[in-house]
Amino acid sequence: MSKFKKKANVKQEIPTSSMPDVVFMLLFFFMVTTQMRDTSIIVQQRIPEASQLRKLQRKSLVKYLYIGEPRKVEEWGKEPKIQANDVFIQPREVIQWVNQEKSTLDESERDQITIALKVDNETKRGIIADVETELRKANARKLLYSTNIKMAEF
Amino acid sequence: MPRPTPDIPNASMADIAFLLLVFFLVTTTVANIKGLSVGLPPPPEALPPEDVKIPERNLFKIQINSFDNLLVEGEPWMGSNDQLTEDIKRFILNNGNDPTSSDTPQDAIVSYKTDRGTSHRKFIEVLDVIQKAYYDIYADRVGVSNDKWREIASDPNKSPEFAELYDRGRGRLPDGKLEIPMNLSIAEPTQVGQ
Repeated sequence: MSKFKKKANVKQEIPTSSMPDVVFMLLFFFMVTTQMRDTSIIVQQRIPEASQLRKLQRKSLVKYLYIGEPRKVEEWGKEPKIQANDVFIQPREVIQWVNQEKSTLDESERDQITIALKVDNETKRGIIADVETELRKANARKLLYSTNIKMAEF
Repeated sequence: MPRPTPDIPNASMADIAFLLLVFFLVTTTVANIKGLSVGLPPPPEALPPEDVKIPERNLFKIQINSFDNLLVEGEPWMGSNDQLTEDIKRFILNNGNDPTSSDTPQDAIVSYKTDRGTSHRKFIEVLDVIQKAYYDIYADRVGVSNDKWREIASDPNKSPEFAELYDRGRGRLPDGKLEIPMNLSIAEPTQVGQ
């Protein structure tokens, strides 16, 4: 019995003096890694799921196109639209957009530009195929269909 | 006479730091650039006029109509996606055994055609199935898992080991061609729907 009593008497305190340091370390980590998103997406984005995902290494080479039904249906209608940066564009304006994005890259890397298509589930293939044709013409032929990871089926 | 040094209370410092921490935790979005990667063909005008007739046996045709129904090799597809993956694998690796299936993996082409009215969800679902067939084959050849293969393929230049596996999996020949290239042809969609 005496053994147990001895143990119960020992006061256990976790030292808290280093807590601010730990918290600050975490804080700096998140401050450094946080990137504020500069575009607000104005089309519906229910991203499809797939299992065979690949990861892109060079984030700076990736440019996004968002396609889907506009969020504000009363203003823009129900037809799916293409959003580039902060505006809607027509399929024929894609070439111009690609060239504009290419000019922001280093000259040696311009042909490595990758277009990530973030397309809503319910969008029809038609408009996407139009965009693909334009991307071919603009010679931006690396394409990524943005998808979420599919959890294993049971 | 030394003046008493004023003390700044620092008991609340941890609280303030916590508050900021929580703010950044909440606003952080991990940039997620993952997805199905495909390469588009060169622009239509740059392609030489096509008069090469591809024999029927070297084509594996997958079509989807505007109601998201699947047609595989001309027959409505009733099986599961896993079965379709297996069928595609068998087609690619036929090597001339079955006279109705492909001659060599190099000649084998998976032709994927949709309609303008096909939904993007279905398109991605079937594209996923086709790519799985190829990645499975590559992964099998070097004895790694499918997940590992995709990690290698995402960044083959990460290490010499990765580069070696990547070349061996796809069967890179001395002239730069591949033994098993991913011959995926995504055709211009038909105009029935929409």
